[in-house]
Amino acid sequence: MKFTTRTSPYVTGQQDVGSIMRQVLYAMLPGILILIWYFGWGTLSNLLLATGFALLFEWGMLKLRNRPVSPFLNDYSAVLTAWLLAVAMPAFSPWWLIGIAVLFAIVIAKHLYGGLGYNPFNPAMVGYAAMLVSYPVQMTIWPVPVDFSFNHIGFGQMLQQVFAGGAQGWDAFTAATPLDAVKVNLRMDKPLSDIYANGHFGLLAGQAWEWVSLAWLAGGLWLLLRKVITWQIPAALLGSLALMSGIFWLIDPQAYASPLFHLFSGAAMLGAFFIATDPVSSSTTPLGKVFYAGGIGAFTWVIRTWGGYPDAIAFSVLIMNMAVPLIDYYTQPRVYGTKRGFPG
Amino acid sequence: MNSSYRELTVAGLWRNNPGLVQLLGLCPLMAVTTNFVNGLGLGLATIIALVASNLAISLVRNYIREEIRIPAFVLIIAGNVTLIEMLMKAYFHELYNILGIFIPLIVTNCIVIGRSEAYASKNPPAHAGYDSLMMGVGFLLVLVVLGGMRELVANGTLFAQAHLMFGEAARGMTITLGEDFKGLLLAALPPGAFLGLGFLVALKNWIDKRMEQRTKASQPVTEPLTGEAA
Repeated sequence: MKFTTRTSPYVTGQQDVGSIMRQVLYAMLPGILILIWYFGWGTLSNLLLATGFALLFEWGMLKLRNRPVSPFLNDYSAVLTAWLLAVAMPAFSPWWLIGIAVLFAIVIAKHLYGGLGYNPFNPAMVGYAAMLVSYPVQMTIWPVPVDFSFNHIGFGQMLQQVFAGGAQGWDAFTAATPLDAVKVNLRMDKPLSDIYANGHFGLLAGQAWEWVSLAWLAGGLWLLLRKVITWQIPAALLGSLALMSGIFWLIDPQAYASPLFHLFSGAAMLGAFFIATDPVSSSTTPLGKVFYAGGIGAFTWVIRTWGGYPDAIAFSVLIMNMAVPLIDYYTQPRVYGTKRGFPG
Repeated sequence: MNSSYRELTVAGLWRNNPGLVQLLGLCPLMAVTTNFVNGLGLGLATIIALVASNLAISLVRNYIREEIRIPAFVLIIAGNVTLIEMLMKAYFHELYNILGIFIPLIVTNCIVIGRSEAYASKNPPAHAGYDSLMMGVGFLLVLVVLGGMRELVANGTLFAQAHLMFGEAARGMTITLGEDFKGLLLAALPPGAFLGLGFLVALKNWIDKRMEQRTKASQPVTEPLTGEAA
């Protein structure tokens, strides 16, 4: 009698790439809806343009690389990259800015490194960082969040701003984001209590922005519940960000923003649940995830506080992406029955 | 031109190009090529240093003891580069200021010592000089193409600051892509140099592959077609 022998894994998951990507997209919906509430046409045009460019570039690169088109185009990975870029970039971004960002993300960061599963860097963050370095002005102009923004900035103005080189009087619609405002004013030695008193700050962080962050948090918790992501990365990222900011806040609460402000400002929540958890470019071992995400949180606080840019999730994720092979090497779980100690 | 010279030409300009195949001298290659004119300036300086040094090394190759050849080569190269540096300081002062440290650093450029060790120390002066000229021209081509690419993408101009090399009359040579061109600043920064060089190497390999396929396709099929294949 002959037995067929198979090696591990004996139990495989029921989820394929497409279903995981789809669930992440669903989890983004609350945050996107809040963004649409505050930025109206701007968020919609960002999403549409980014998705269109991403599918176009993905299709083109698959053709060039002689890969089957439909399985890769239908796994939603390009759409997820596009959506992450679309919500990270300022609402009402001009079409060419989104186009170049997606080009860097899909063509350079993903396909030139070998396609899905081979990219050492998070594609969306490569696109974002390349644009932030190249076009700092366009990448830091956010419109003021307004309730039901469709009434505030109309469809025509959106077309002008996105496709025709800028709407007239656009400056009147824009303002510094909370992180930017706090940073600039702290540089001028203003105490934080004065900065907060000037308005646009809510209970947790910036007005409106705290709701966006809460929506990302809700979507992220749903992903955790669905076991699409593990708890280590969000917990370690937010934990180290809170720890770093907490220590300095306790030393001087007038010169350093509170942990609550850091957690609910900028891309901290989005980064913790949606960006740093990218299964390809993040660490894969349970302990490694803690080091990886802890590093992102610490770097984010350092760059936010002492660096030249208002937010730092993109740079921190890219820095820690570089460290992932090393982290994974030293944090491999011990195989049952072997001695303790480092491998190799 | 005998076959040896032809081989040297093909090797220097394409098959064994120092910038694209040997990947030597990457430090100046990346650091200086933020525009076309910088690339051209450094490329010309490198050619002069290469040819002068390797001619000299080839002439004295039989008098240098094997054990101390490398220090001797470096001395000759350093002397030549110092001469070039002084000449550039005197006649192209503004360009010299831009290229700065990278002119004296030609001494450490691996292409120069590489050609001395690999070729000039074993071959007669005529061959050694021609070899280093072709290697230099190959390097110069990579420098100006990369510099032009980065300048176009980052600033939307080509041949900017040409007057530094060709005198005041060359100011009009600058080509601009239009006033509202939004340059990709990244191209002028170090990552742009790595990406640009990567694309050039990829292009070279792609062309090689295409040519190989073409020569294969043009060769007659030696095996007779069987009924199955037909």
